[in-house]
Amino acid sequence: MDFVSFLIQVLNSLQYGLLLFLVASGLTLVFGIMGIINLAHGSFYMVGAYLAFALTSMTGNLMLAIALGIPLAFVFGAILEWALFSHLYKRDHLEQVLLTYGLILIFEELRSLAVGDEVHGVTIPELFSASIPLSDNLSYPVYRLVISIVCLALAGGLYWLIQKTRLGMMIRAGSHDRDMVKALGIDINLLYRTVFALGVALAALAGMLAAPISSVYPGMGSSVLIISFVIVVIGGVGSVWGALVAALVIGFADTFGKVLLPDLAGLMVYLVMAVVLLWRPEGIFKKA
Amino acid sequence: MQVMLGSLVGVLAGALVPLGAAQAAEKIKVGLMLPYTGTYAALGTAITNGFKQYVTEQGGKLGGYEVEYSVVDDESDPSKATENASKLVKRDNVDVLVGTVHSGVALAMAKVARDTKTLLIIPNAGADELTGPLCAPNVFRSSFSAWQPAYAMGKIVAERGHKNVVTVSWKYSFGEQSVAGFKEAFEKAGGKVAKELYLPFPNVEFQPFLTEIASLKPDAVFVFFAGGGAVKFVKDYDAAGLKKSIPLYGSGFLTDGTIDAMGGSGEGLMTTLHYADNLTNPKDQAFRKAYAISYKMQPDVYAVQGYDAAQMLKSGLDSLKGAKFDKDAVAKAMAAAKIDSPRGAFTISKAHNPVQDIYLRKVEGRDNKLVGVAEKALADPARGCRM
Repeated sequence: MDFVSFLIQVLNSLQYGLLLFLVASGLTLVFGIMGIINLAHGSFYMVGAYLAFALTSMTGNLMLAIALGIPLAFVFGAILEWALFSHLYKRDHLEQVLLTYGLILIFEELRSLAVGDEVHGVTIPELFSASIPLSDNLSYPVYRLVISIVCLALAGGLYWLIQKTRLGMMIRAGSHDRDMVKALGIDINLLYRTVFALGVALAALAGMLAAPISSVYPGMGSSVLIISFVIVVIGGVGSVWGALVAALVIGFADTFGKVLLPDLAGLMVYLVMAVVLLWRPEGIFKKA
Repeated sequence: MQVMLGSLVGVLAGALVPLGAAQAAEKIKVGLMLPYTGTYAALGTAITNGFKQYVTEQGGKLGGYEVEYSVVDDESDPSKATENASKLVKRDNVDVLVGTVHSGVALAMAKVARDTKTLLIIPNAGADELTGPLCAPNVFRSSFSAWQPAYAMGKIVAERGHKNVVTVSWKYSFGEQSVAGFKEAFEKAGGKVAKELYLPFPNVEFQPFLTEIASLKPDAVFVFFAGGGAVKFVKDYDAAGLKKSIPLYGSGFLTDGTIDAMGGSGEGLMTTLHYADNLTNPKDQAFRKAYAISYKMQPDVYAVQGYDAAQMLKSGLDSLKGAKFDKDAVAKAMAAAKIDSPRGAFTISKAHNPVQDIYLRKVEGRDNKLVGVAEKALADPARGCRM
């Protein structure tokens, strides 16, 4: 591999890893703080992509669609938490898996009824539709760079929210001792609802950002779900920082695995997971 | 006018056959085992529409036999395939099985058909094995083998002066068979496949491969992808700036039903398939008009394959002249039939796969426009078929 190709592959790895982080961060928050195994998390990614498609066809602009889509996804998440997930906190994981698996089926069916089973495309906003020439015959789409920058900004924002704000303090406390936080007069239900809605909004945002480069199609949430769980497990359940590192590790492993060991391309991610877990059974960043 | 003529001919044919028959009350039970939910739902529906359109054109009868349907949604789930097929054969006593889209499910159906000696017509699934090692006297296909369109493309790519090609595909049997078919023709014509890139199905993170292609600098790229993956690959390929410098070729699944979602990225792509959007034969024009009237949408290659499955069955039943259903006689007549398909007439190979023209098409606007015939009357080599 020559040097330029190597650099471009690094760029590919970063972009893929950062997008995965966006999906996995919501999953790890909900899993780590509320203790809920949410198999429907991939569906939120899909919902985001379809939102981007629907809103872009209505407004004619992806950025406007995202601006509208985030609050919609947040409210959608809050309603879901109120109607369904709030009843799951005391239940065991098997029941959570059953409900959230059911949700996957329901979301897929609703999607099929509402928009059908065709593949849809979303146009990249004019502003970002250019490409930067990197070698004599390969250019890197500006839009992918934008995704990376947005994801990095969000990672920073999440870090600030959780480590530096009062809300973040309550979230961290709530993950340790629900009853004690409640006793201190904090509305734990509202807190959980906020965290859950935030997780849904993050997954939906990832779906919306990815829509123009991945296209929008049935079942698109399932592959993302599996890889997100891998990231959450490698990173350490509940650790947003861990999710970021793990997502980047997976981004690099997958990208370079495909190029250097094409025969193992499908296995690479799981091999990395196995190695990391042998080394650190609780993930790279064990929850403090 | 053509529709009217077509239906007139249909009615006449339907009315004439029973005249010579002993009696017209015989029924034939057709088991439709197709996907009606999930990713392939649209394909299953198109096949069913096509099949029923032909039966309607024949006045609700095939070769004088009243047609009765048993319908099962196979959900494209291979793990349920054997059970579903057995149910149709043993519980519903169907005379003919028709299905399906997914190759994995079709392989299980072929096994049930072989075990129970039931007549099977496969209206889509392209796995080479079905008319290769697994061929049987009672198993027919109205569609294509994975090998056929890819092989035709291998010749075209070589003829267009490309010497050095990289292939990209999902790593599962249909993708690998497509690449193998392409490679066979391309290397026979003096070309060389520099590298075969595969990724696991249904992974769509192509970016690393695009970088790899750019650094290998081949003369052209041949891909197999379909549905969402095809859309994404073509868009990524364009966005990476490769479309301008390295031409992209594929078998027709790359651009069938995906052009709209590709935006402009698909424009100009050349693919090979046994059907195209603007064939000029009268059969196709009549078919398309009638289909659009009945189902309020344009037919596609899947509807054609369903339509032809019914035509194949009719040519088999015709030979009975109204006598009691005899599957061996039907199979024998089907094997010898010449089918007047909307795709152009085809015959059936010894291994029971269509011997058909493969068209070269080019994406123009929203259509896969016909460019020419890539291979005339191409027969699948049916390697491993002992029959």
